[in-house]
Amino acid sequence: MAIIERETEVMVPVTVTPTSTYGVLKRPVSATGWRAWVFTVDHKKLGLMYGATAMFFFIVGGVEALLIRLQLAAPNGKVLNADLYNQMFTMHATTMVFLFVMPMAAGLANYFIPLQIGARDVAFPRINALGFWLLLFGGIFINLSWFLGGAADGGWFMYAPNSGPVFSPTNGIDFWAFGLQIAGIASLTGAINLIVTVLNMRAPGMTLMKMPIFTWMMTVVQFLLLFAVPVITVALFLLSFQRNFGARFFDVAAGADPLLWQHLFWIFGHPEVYILVLPAFGIVSEVLPVFSRKPLFGYPFVVFSGAAIGFVGWGVWAHHMFASGLGPVSVAVFSLTTMAIAVPTGVKIINWTLTMWGGKLYFSTAMKFSIGLIVLFTVGGLSGVTHSVAPSDTQQTDTYYIVAHFHYVLFGGAVLGFFSGFYYWWPKMFGKMLNEKLGGWNFWLMVIGMNLTFGPMHILGLQGQPRRMYQWTEARAGEGFFNLAFWNLIASIGSFVLAVGILLFLINVVITARNPTKSPLDPWNSRSLEWMTSNPPKEHNFDVIPTVHHLDEFFHRKYEEDSATHTMRQIATAEEIMAEQERNADKHIHMPSPSYWPIVLAGAVPIITFGMIFSHLIAVIGGVILLFAAFGWALEPSTAPESDFENNSSQGTALDKVGH
Amino acid sequence: MTDAVVHGHESSTGISNVKLGMWAFLGSECLLFGGLISTYMLYRGRVTGGPRPAQIFDIPFTSVSSFVLLMSSLTMVLAVSAAHKNEDRKTNLWLTVTALLGATFVGGQVYEFTAFYNEGLGFSTSLFGSSFYTLTGFHGVHVTVGIIMLMALVGIFKRSEVPGKKAEVVEMIGLYWHFVDIIWIIIFTLVYLIPV
Repeated sequence: MAIIERETEVMVPVTVTPTSTYGVLKRPVSATGWRAWVFTVDHKKLGLMYGATAMFFFIVGGVEALLIRLQLAAPNGKVLNADLYNQMFTMHATTMVFLFVMPMAAGLANYFIPLQIGARDVAFPRINALGFWLLLFGGIFINLSWFLGGAADGGWFMYAPNSGPVFSPTNGIDFWAFGLQIAGIASLTGAINLIVTVLNMRAPGMTLMKMPIFTWMMTVVQFLLLFAVPVITVALFLLSFQRNFGARFFDVAAGADPLLWQHLFWIFGHPEVYILVLPAFGIVSEVLPVFSRKPLFGYPFVVFSGAAIGFVGWGVWAHHMFASGLGPVSVAVFSLTTMAIAVPTGVKIINWTLTMWGGKLYFSTAMKFSIGLIVLFTVGGLSGVTHSVAPSDTQQTDTYYIVAHFHYVLFGGAVLGFFSGFYYWWPKMFGKMLNEKLGGWNFWLMVIGMNLTFGPMHILGLQGQPRRMYQWTEARAGEGFFNLAFWNLIASIGSFVLAVGILLFLINVVITARNPTKSPLDPWNSRSLEWMTSNPPKEHNFDVIPTVHHLDEFFHRKYEEDSATHTMRQIATAEEIMAEQERNADKHIHMPSPSYWPIVLAGAVPIITFGMIFSHLIAVIGGVILLFAAFGWALEPSTAPESDFENNSSQGTALDKVGH
Repeated sequence: MTDAVVHGHESSTGISNVKLGMWAFLGSECLLFGGLISTYMLYRGRVTGGPRPAQIFDIPFTSVSSFVLLMSSLTMVLAVSAAHKNEDRKTNLWLTVTALLGATFVGGQVYEFTAFYNEGLGFSTSLFGSSFYTLTGFHGVHVTVGIIMLMALVGIFKRSEVPGKKAEVVEMIGLYWHFVDIIWIIIFTLVYLIPV
């Protein structure tokens, strides 16, 4: 969009607009207003849009969770009927997994990977935009089912044959399957884009083992997505073909094997667990060193244990299926692999603990959330190891014990990690710091709330309360310490404490937005490259592409080891480093140009799937739009060529073209 | 999708972004076909009504159409080679021949599907029917998408408005085309040649 020209000393950004293109439509050229967001291909804007979308769905999923807890607060709950309850827990899980945690991770990855590796954008900026729009449209598509006959009601893993048209006659599961398919394309394109970005666009000198740890963990996640998403794509196609075109895949009367769905789902589903939690591991591994004033303890171990989790994560899926009669050999093998995968996770816990050991700890809100993750994720990890013991797991299958476990790892892991990242990176993204005092309340209410909500579920589950039952009765509640009524009530109260905690975060965001105080350039004395630019970063990220010599490059530009005392002494401030970069700024940077095609192409996909459910004619119309958009896209160069720029000045040469 | 290579500085791996992206995509596709092939292998003998595989497969016919598809990989290689030498006319010629060979294969598949349907194997007839049409259908769609890309490329080359380097684009579509061919070798072996 813009060529940013620099004279010596003073920066004079001149926005030059492309006037002609090869394509079918003229390029969008707005740099302000809604068009600047809708047609953008800037990784930072897309990252923020991912984040906002994820936050919206977090609230939707949270309200669904509160309704579930209201229903279960007392015996014979009357808040929801059985049918609505089924839809509620299905959509709660679907929303939280696919529309909150995954997009939030994608958003942070989008925003921070290019900054952390010293790049000016991602490898495929338009594909990046396409991914965001597909995710948004897919999320809306799934939720449309609430208004068109009822949402999906088969539980988030949608076991066959219960997901067939006989047992679920509404269109809910059709919307679910197609919507996840759309979100799946988003994940796949995102994965390809970020993998290529990390492999190909690192700043000079940044070898793989000098990459910031968040980038490392997100890269592992992208590889997991790359190989896991197609498996659920197959499963969802089989399901849709069965429901919409009369295929027999899960029809037991035709001799089908319903375990096929379970295998396909969990071959995707278990790597998915690590897709959800590794981003948080990456965030924590960035935050803990900064607030311990020490480098990350055993960086290579954290890297390789993350990669090991990525590999072993493919060999444990059947532990979700111990109750389905796999046979003793399979059960034994998957028990052992499940125990084995605890090892690399344990390595990480040790590394984080030893990073803090002997450090000068500073308990910022980000740090509190990170420590909260270490403690609470470990609780969830330990109950996870109990699941590897197949005889015990068989008892616990489909009870609240499982619900307790995965909320400790997902809320205690993924969500606390994200909040740590929000507090840590907020000044980077918005140039203002979130209120730390409110942050403390935010943290403690969330931690207390989550323990009150999910802690009692261990007891409920071991007492045999099944998950997904829409009511429980007083007659079976039991007595004394193990009284179901007491613990269910505590869990429901806890869920509202949790909700207040999250509400405080939203209030904090509003207060911060209204507060005119700008944050310092380097508020936390951070270590990695994303802090070596302005807050928020300029459109082209870095005035000069840094040359990297160290892990924690930014730290090593600020500090130097004193050889006599072996202590670090400061040699430069962030402001000085920034000023030097501005002095040597690259002239004439070509950023990728905005484009209509990502949103048009993404918009065609839900039209097609909508047509698949209701009328094939609509699907054909969607297909035509898709083809049109694909050709428009292919004919349009991602960075407008020189000849496209009006008053294309002769000063300067194209030093750097970004994005391809 | 098909844009210019890096200006200014080299990519960290030395491989261009588009090519690396295509490799990553094909890696993902392996798992897609892996899932579909597994489903077929699980269900291939499960026939509760309608014809069994051995009753309807016409091995000589499918062998010929498989040969045609394999030959299209050869012409694709010739197209890539011509593109690297900047021989525009030859590039267009070989791309067109590749697309035609691909279209012959898809035509053969349409004929085969029609014949099977007339012999009583519908999509809903049996697990064998559902999984056979799904697996081979997905492959057919991949070939069709390849043909569309090839034809589009020829059309775009005629207008000589190619974003990015020509040879790079041809090579990238070539990667996709060879991948789809290799998948067919696996499908042909597992579905047609190994008796149930």
